[in-house]
Amino acid sequence: MGRRAEPTLNRLRSGRVTSVDRPARPAAAPAGLRARWLVAGLVAVVGTLVAGVALGPVSLPPGSVALELLNLLPGVRLESGLTEREIAIVTELRLPRVVLGLLVGGLLALAGGCYQGVFRNPLADPYLLGVAAGAGLAVTAAIALGAGGEPGRLPMTVPLAAFVGALGAVLMTYLLGSAGGRGRSPATLILAGVAVSAFLSAGQTYLLQRNADSIQQVYSWLLGRLATAGWGDVRLVLPYFVVTVVVVLLHRRELDVLSLGDDEAGSLGLHPQRSRYLLIAAASLGTAAAVSATGLIGFVGIIVPHTVRLLAGSSYRVILPLSLLFGGAFLALTDVVARTAAAPGEVPIGVVTALLGGPFFVLVLRTARRMLA
Amino acid sequence: MTTDPTAPAPGGPPSPPGAPPSSSGVPPSSGGGPPPAVEVRRLQVALGGVPVLTGVELTVAAGEWVTVIGPNGAGKSTLLRAVGGLLPAPGAISLFGTPSEALRRRERARVVATVPQSPVVPPGMAVLDYVLLGRTPYIPPLGRETAADLAAVDDVLGRLDLRGFADRELATLSGGERQRVFLARALAQGATLLLLDEPTSALDIGHQQEVLELVDQLRREHGLTVLATMHDLSIAGEYADRLVLLSAGRVAAVGPPRAVLTEELLAAHYRATVRVVQGEHGPLVVPVRRRHG
Repeated sequence: MGRRAEPTLNRLRSGRVTSVDRPARPAAAPAGLRARWLVAGLVAVVGTLVAGVALGPVSLPPGSVALELLNLLPGVRLESGLTEREIAIVTELRLPRVVLGLLVGGLLALAGGCYQGVFRNPLADPYLLGVAAGAGLAVTAAIALGAGGEPGRLPMTVPLAAFVGALGAVLMTYLLGSAGGRGRSPATLILAGVAVSAFLSAGQTYLLQRNADSIQQVYSWLLGRLATAGWGDVRLVLPYFVVTVVVVLLHRRELDVLSLGDDEAGSLGLHPQRSRYLLIAAASLGTAAAVSATGLIGFVGIIVPHTVRLLAGSSYRVILPLSLLFGGAFLALTDVVARTAAAPGEVPIGVVTALLGGPFFVLVLRTARRMLA
Repeated sequence: MTTDPTAPAPGGPPSPPGAPPSSSGVPPSSGGGPPPAVEVRRLQVALGGVPVLTGVELTVAAGEWVTVIGPNGAGKSTLLRAVGGLLPAPGAISLFGTPSEALRRRERARVVATVPQSPVVPPGMAVLDYVLLGRTPYIPPLGRETAADLAAVDDVLGRLDLRGFADRELATLSGGERQRVFLARALAQGATLLLLDEPTSALDIGHQQEVLELVDQLRREHGLTVLATMHDLSIAGEYADRLVLLSAGRVAAVGPPRAVLTEELLAAHYRATVRVVQGEHGPLVVPVRRRHG
């Protein structure tokens, strides 16, 4: 790999090189999650939780909202000064929506970071192996086949169809990508994902052409939404969230080893193939659950891990836990914008993630370059 | 710090690389002495249906330095990959008297360490973290490094004069410094058998000598065994106890450098015109231009 030597030069010029000046320094600390970043991530999550519940058509004082949120903890009884109706808005309408945003955003960012590590590809996102196309086709089919209820509301069969479609597509990709037997590589799997996605998208386009009246419903799903979120959605996503988070976070050191490539990881005692498939399975399961609850929300899975990588460090021991926290905070915050920017209407959240996330990422890319240079 | 970097972390699993598994059930080929570090018997490897190695036989004694030479495509790297356990070679390879396939991956990683021809340099990774990856075979599957792993790595860094680079980004180091870091990761594995695939191909002549002297010094101090591949024949001959000339997947010659580096053998297998001059530490191979007419 041809690496450039300019960073060193630039550091020398700016006098930022310390290791060369002091050769006999004590042992440096290995890469790991620094406490200040963990605190920053937790503050972001709690901050968006309060902001997400306080902001909306009925404006509530953030202090009272914070007290009311504390009341949800067992054994806590504080006087928040909110009326019964306001308390209901907090606990039944806004809180589940914010919590679902935190869960789904965290899942998508974690899955994206995981895919980037597993495939050693910075462009990998949670939809790489066909999740989006599979869910899209299944949802279109479900709506076209008459599952559609009244306009504006999606029937319960839609999340199920999305989940089955997403996992089915990943399975297809996996079977196709490993058909070559030995010698299959991560690249084979990515190519299989491209083929499966193209195939399923073609099927979806065909169905849409045949059932033009369902286009509105399908697109409202495709653009992602947290609008109808209730505690039921949270309960549906939570088990998958737990499984995915536990499996992926347990493998954070292995992902660092995998960054050396299969050969070197293998000669260090790892089974790269085995780790890869386990991680793909966990990340795909989480993504499918997220997609079934909120539709296709783009950008989070690629922007959040890269922002974390640029700001906090490139080890997966840093990227994965912080992507989980900041991904959740980012999506919950985006949702606040989505439902307040054009109130009383809502902007599709997928549109907001791209509109906010794109420029923000460019900003991070530029400032981080300056910091590193 | 007095710990030996080649020793496994205290409390690590049994069968440390310093005391390789006994040759139970597998008689060593050379009388009653210790089993050889590497024993290759009738090794056949085909990649994509094309035979790459045919009937390769090779023995490397513990503590020996053997270098495999041969023209491009002769199968040198493939041989190293097979010995390192990255290619299936059932029944053909024994490491310290134990059939290679009887070792689990983690066990094998504590016995054999490989420095590939062009190791991957993960962007953004610091030298310390890179060398720490060498401790992977001692860290339980989903676990993390212990203080003993950090101490072992710190010791290796000190030995290779790399402590000052510990928090530098690997990608920003020069070729010679990087090669030392690659070596450090292999040493952190605590393996007694070192496989070096073209360890000096990216280095200028001064850094080539520096790195190979370092390997030789480590070999003598820690009783390491070295199996390398090399393109520069003079340098190969100066550092190796024995050379193996591989040609078209077969062993064409084995022996001390002066027996292998002959004008006739090199002409036959490299199609090269060379003069061989006897140097202080071994034969020196000088390419000579063919004169036409």
